[in-house]
Amino acid sequence: MSLDNYLYLSAILFTIGAVGVVVRRNAIVVFMCIELMLNAANLSLVTFSRINGTLDGQVVAFFTMVVAACEVVVGLAIIVTIYRSRRSASIDDASLLKR
Amino acid sequence: MATNNGLVYLIALPLFGALALLLLGRKADKWGHLLATAMSAGSFAVGLIQLSQMLDREAELRPVTQKLFTWISVGSFNVDASLLLDQLSICFVLLITGVGTLIHIYSISYMSHDKDRRRFFAYLNLFIAAMLLLVLGDSYLNLYVGWEGVGLASYLLIGFWNQKPAYATASKKAFVMNRIGDMGLSFAIMIAFASLGTVSFSGVKEEAEFASEATMTAIGIMLLVAAVGKSAQFPLQAWLGDAMAGPTPVSALIHAATMVTAGVYLIVRSNFVFDAAPTAQLLVVIVGAITLLFGAIIGMAKDDIKKALAASTMSQIGYMILASGLGPAGYAFAIMHLLTHGFFKAGMFLGAGSVMHGMNDEVNMRKYGGLRKFMPITFVTFGLGYLAIIGVPPFAGFYSKDMIIETALNAGGAKGIILGSVTLLGAAITAFYMTRVMILTFTSPKRWDDNQHPHESPALMWVPMVILSIGSVISGYLLYRGKAFKHWLEPLFEEHGEHTELLPPIVVSGLALTMVAIGVAIAVIKYQLSEIDNVAPEKVSIFTRIARRDLLQDDVNEALFMRPGQALTSALVKIDDSVVDGAVRGVGKMALGSGSALRETQTGFVRSYAVLILIGAAALIAAIWVVTT
Repeated sequence: MSLDNYLYLSAILFTIGAVGVVVRRNAIVVFMCIELMLNAANLSLVTFSRINGTLDGQVVAFFTMVVAACEVVVGLAIIVTIYRSRRSASIDDASLLKR
Repeated sequence: MATNNGLVYLIALPLFGALALLLLGRKADKWGHLLATAMSAGSFAVGLIQLSQMLDREAELRPVTQKLFTWISVGSFNVDASLLLDQLSICFVLLITGVGTLIHIYSISYMSHDKDRRRFFAYLNLFIAAMLLLVLGDSYLNLYVGWEGVGLASYLLIGFWNQKPAYATASKKAFVMNRIGDMGLSFAIMIAFASLGTVSFSGVKEEAEFASEATMTAIGIMLLVAAVGKSAQFPLQAWLGDAMAGPTPVSALIHAATMVTAGVYLIVRSNFVFDAAPTAQLLVVIVGAITLLFGAIIGMAKDDIKKALAASTMSQIGYMILASGLGPAGYAFAIMHLLTHGFFKAGMFLGAGSVMHGMNDEVNMRKYGGLRKFMPITFVTFGLGYLAIIGVPPFAGFYSKDMIIETALNAGGAKGIILGSVTLLGAAITAFYMTRVMILTFTSPKRWDDNQHPHESPALMWVPMVILSIGSVISGYLLYRGKAFKHWLEPLFEEHGEHTELLPPIVVSGLALTMVAIGVAIAVIKYQLSEIDNVAPEKVSIFTRIARRDLLQDDVNEALFMRPGQALTSALVKIDDSVVDGAVRGVGKMALGSGSALRETQTGFVRSYAVLILIGAAALIAAIWVVTT
């Protein structure tokens, strides 16, 4: 099986994530879509590592996971706090900075 | 050239006096005038010692210098702050400090009721110091410092009573008009530096032989502009009449005897420039001839005693400038007339001050009359000055003015005849207006109110007047005798052969005396033998009216310079407002406008930002792809 297919899969996953971020309003879903995009990136990193026969891509993938973990912690905390104060998880409601 | 370390004391003494009086403030009120007078007298004493030392030396060894410090040292360009005392500057040093000291003494009494007397004396000392620096500087740059210093002192003293707006305006007018002349001097220095590479008198003198005539003409014309401004010559003469706003001793010292003659000094000092630039020299003569008549005509119409004397000063300096434009033949006579004029005009101004002192500061001569009986000493001293200025032998003005007339006549060709007739005509007009002043003030019937109580001034005032009047009697003969003064100054100038004589000297003197007699006779008929009104008559010819308005000098200046200047500045203000400020405001408006336009894109919705980021990232990748493939 050609390694290209992994890249196609990665692209599809990334696109799904990006579309999800743009079209969905629920903060939790948007958040999950961001995770999907990160993992799509990880997949392509690992694939490139395989294609090039080096470990660089895999190392970066680990870094991405760490960043993603941190991001989850901070992001979920923000979402929970917003939900507590506003009783809503819709990201369109949190548009107060405009005014 | 020999050095002499005593020169600095000439300047240091009055400078110390000025600084002490200004810095100590009210503490010095009680004795300030005494210190200032002592400093001026001390400077005079130093000057006398220098003169006696100078007389002991041979003619070539007479000039002495003193280097104070290195002022500017840039590459090959060096200017030292050094002083030069030669046959020419010693005349000025003695005139400035001598007349200056007398006027200090006079002012002790004249200003005794003024609560700012100390400040007055501080300025007087400042003036003496600056004027000495002017005549002692050994380069144009050193001279320039003194030149500005006397301008400052003149400004401060004209506006001494600046609580009166008219006086403050007069001082500002003098300062601004002098600035035009100062600009000329600075241009002359710049041209000398740029084309000759030196600004010292000796350096310029050496370079003058090799420099092109165009350069010398440019320097000469700029020096003439400077002289015209400082000496109130046509066309920068308008400030002198208004400068009479200052206290009378100031008019005597600064605006008659010394500062206004600085222009003559400058031209005579720069004789090597003018000898090498005939065009500039011709301009000097023309300026002198115009001013000579200009001042004399104004003098005929003035009823204010100080303004009449100021017009006369302008006219007499016209004589000096004219003489200094006649080349080596005239330099000595220009300076000689300057010295005798210093005596008699300062004496007459002090006399005018004495009259004003006795007449409650009235200056209108039509409100005087018959003061001969009440102020005998003032009458006699003023009368001696009067005889000197109109040129009656053997008084001082006769010798000096006669010499100038003679030199003008001998200038050769049409030039000589024109200049000769101008100077002769000037002599007649001088005789007329000075006789008028004499008659209106002293010998005509009294025209003052009964609440006036004219009285003779105290001794502190009349003693200086007496000394100056003695000077105006004998100084002319002393300087003339055996051509003493001409020989004294001769080593400084380069004589060019013998001059032709148009008329023998005795005929010239006769002509001059005839003109004087005509002038006196007309004045006597017009004023002594007929009624004089105590207000100026209204029904007078257009010429008298123009002369009363100072020959329209202010109207011309206003029409030609002030109004266009105002129009120019208001146009500039408008341009500044619309173009410069408009550009600045436009930049601000643009930033504001683009900001509020861009603000519309900030919706506050996270998802729209995400879309933008996505589009941006895609565009970036596309761009990289396009570039790399």
